[in-house]
Amino acid sequence: VSWMDIVSLLRIALHAMVPITLTAVGEIVGETAGLFNIGLEGILLIGAFAGALGAEVGGPWVGFLVGLGVGAVIGLIFSVMATYWKGTQMVIGIGINLFAMGLVAFGLIQLGAPGFHAVPREVQLIKWRTPMGAMSPMIVVALVAPFLIHWFIRRTRAGLMLKAAGETPEAADVAGINVNRTRLLAATFGGALAGIAGAYMSIAWIGSVTKDLSAGRGFIALATVVFSGLNPLLALLGGLIFGFFQGLAEWVKTLPSKPIPFQFVSMLPYIVTLLVVSGAIGRVRFPKALGEPYKRE
Amino acid sequence: MTENSTKESRLLRGAHRTVTGLHPALESLVAAIVGLLIGALLMYIWGFDPWKAYWALLRGAYGGSYEWASSLARATPLILTALTFSVCVRAGMFNIGAEGQMMMGAMAAVCVALFAAPSGLHLVIGLVFAAVAGALWSVVPAILKVTRGVSEVISTIMFNWIGRWLALYLAIYVIVDPMRAEKTLTVPVTARFPIVVRGTDLSYGIFLAVGVALVVYFLLWHTTLGYEVRAAGLNPTAARYGGIRNKRTMIVGFVLGGITAGLAGATIAMGLPPSYAIFGGGAFPELTNLGFDGMAVAMVGRNHPIGILLAAVFFGGLNAGGRVMQFYGSNPVPLEMIRVVMGAIVLAMAIPELIRLFPAIKRQGDKLLALLRRGRRPQSKEGSP
Repeated sequence: VSWMDIVSLLRIALHAMVPITLTAVGEIVGETAGLFNIGLEGILLIGAFAGALGAEVGGPWVGFLVGLGVGAVIGLIFSVMATYWKGTQMVIGIGINLFAMGLVAFGLIQLGAPGFHAVPREVQLIKWRTPMGAMSPMIVVALVAPFLIHWFIRRTRAGLMLKAAGETPEAADVAGINVNRTRLLAATFGGALAGIAGAYMSIAWIGSVTKDLSAGRGFIALATVVFSGLNPLLALLGGLIFGFFQGLAEWVKTLPSKPIPFQFVSMLPYIVTLLVVSGAIGRVRFPKALGEPYKRE
Repeated sequence: MTENSTKESRLLRGAHRTVTGLHPALESLVAAIVGLLIGALLMYIWGFDPWKAYWALLRGAYGGSYEWASSLARATPLILTALTFSVCVRAGMFNIGAEGQMMMGAMAAVCVALFAAPSGLHLVIGLVFAAVAGALWSVVPAILKVTRGVSEVISTIMFNWIGRWLALYLAIYVIVDPMRAEKTLTVPVTARFPIVVRGTDLSYGIFLAVGVALVVYFLLWHTTLGYEVRAAGLNPTAARYGGIRNKRTMIVGFVLGGITAGLAGATIAMGLPPSYAIFGGGAFPELTNLGFDGMAVAMVGRNHPIGILLAAVFFGGLNAGGRVMQFYGSNPVPLEMIRVVMGAIVLAMAIPELIRLFPAIKRQGDKLLALLRRGRRPQSKEGSP
C-alpha cells in the first residue's frame, strides 16, 4: 500500500461523503420541523435520473437545477400529504421509494438501455485539479452547507420557528406560526437538497444512472440524522465516517490483489452504519411532535 | 431509549389511523383506482395508449385459466412477504426487511440440494431451513431495537443490503451449480413443490402461502399471544400498564415476520419451474423486489391476513398481466410501470380517509368554477380559491 493509495482512498471517501451529508442536513431541517421522510432514497434516485437528463439538455448546472427542482417537488408532495392531508409519513415515504424504483427503471428502458444510462463526459461537472487528484467542487458545498444550516437553525428567527413547529406545534400555532406551512417549507427544502445530492451522483461523481444507484444512501443519510441528533455539524462528521467506509469498500475493490471477495467488501458501509447507529442511540433526543400530523383541537 | 420509543409509537399511531379507516375495503379500492389512473397518466405522457395497455394487462392477468394460474403464482410470495410487513405493523413496528429475509430464506432452501432425503420430508426440511434463516435475519434488528433502541426502519434496510450481498456471495461461490456458474444448485425433485396446473408455474406453494396467512390470522386474533402483540402495537404504554411485555411482543412480531419472509424465498427456490434454482448471475431477477412489493400488498390488504389474500391476487395479477403488457404488439409498456402503479397506490393508501378528500377537492373546484362564471367582475377577490 503506497502513499498514492491512501490519497486515492481519501479522495473516494470525500466524494462518497457528499450525497450522504447533503441528504442528511436536508432531512435535519425537515425533522426539526416535525416531518420524518423515509422517501429520501427515492428522491436521490429520481434526482439522479432527472439531473442526468437535465445535464444532457443544458449542461451540468441545468442538471443540478433540475435535480433540485424535482427533489423539491417530491418534498412538497410529501409534505402536503403529511401535513394538510394528515397522511402517515412512513407509508408516504415507502410509496415514494416504490414509485421512484419503478419510474427510474421505466425511464432507463425508455432511454434505450435497460438498467444503465451513461452520462456523457462533456456534460458532467468539471472536477478541480488538485494535488490530491481530481476533486468535485460539490465537496466544498457539502462541507459548507452543514455550517450554514447549523447557523440557520440555531441563530435565526426562521430556524426557531422550525423548532417550534417540531417541538410544540400547539404553542407555535398560538404564537401565530403557521405550523403546516412551516413544515411544508422545511420538507420541501429537505427534498431539494436530496435532489441535488442525487444529481451530484449522476453528473458529478459516478457518471451514470442505474436502477440501484442510490444503493441505500437515503437510508444511510437517515442513519446519519439519527447519529447526529439533529445537529448538522455532527451530520457532517457522520457523512465523513460513512463516506470513508463507502470509499474504503470502493477502494478495496480496485486493489489488484483481491484480499476478500468484493461481496463482503460491499457489505462494509451497511455494517458500519448499523454499528454506529447502535452506539449512538440513547444520547440523542428528537422533536416531541416528530412524525405526528398537527391537528388543531 | 424511552424518548426513542415514544417517537416510534407516535409514528405508528399514524399507521393505525390508516389501518382503522372508515371503509377499509372501499378505501383500498379507491387507492387502487387512483394508482392505476396515475399509471395511465404517466403512460399517456410517455406516448403509450393506457387503455390498450390496461386491456392487455387485464387479459394477461385474469383472461383464462392459464392467466389465473400465472397470477396466483405471482401472488404466492407476495402473500408471505406482505404478512411479514403486516405482522410487524400490528406489533407496532415497520419491518422493511422482508427483502433481505426472503433472500436468506431462498438461499437456505437451495441448501437442500446438498443432501438427499425422502420425498416430502426433503421439502419439509427445506421449508424449515428457509423459515429459520428468515427468522435469524429478522431477529437481529429486533434485538438491536429492544436492547439499543435502533430504529428498525434503518436496521432492516441495512440488513437488506447485507443480506443481498451475502446471498450473492453464497449463490456465486458456495451453493453454485458447478456446471453453470450463473445459477445456484437445482433443488432436487424430492424437495420441490408439485405443480398445480400442468404447463404453468403455479405450484403447491400457493397452498402454503394461504395456509400461513390463515395461521397468522388465528395466531393474531384468537390466541393470548396474538392479543398481546396487537395490544402492544396499538398502544404500547397502555399495554405495559396491562402487564404486557412489549419487548417480548416486538421480538415475536419480528420472528413471525422473518419466518413468513423466509418461506416466501422458499416458494421461489423450491416452487418456480423450470429452473428450481436462483440466478446469482443476473443479481436475482426472480427474487428482487418481492419484499418491497409485499409492503404494497400489505397496505392495500389493510394489514389483515384475509385482506392480504385478496390484495395479493390483485398485485399478482398486475405482475402477471404486466408481463403480457410489455410484449403487447404496438404498445409495449415496460413491466416497470407496474411498480410505478404500486408506488402510487401506496401513496394513495397513506392518506387517511382518502374518500373524504374528494368532496374537499370538489368544493374547491366548485368555488373555482363559480369564480370563473362570475366573469371578470373587478371586485371579485383574487386568489381566494
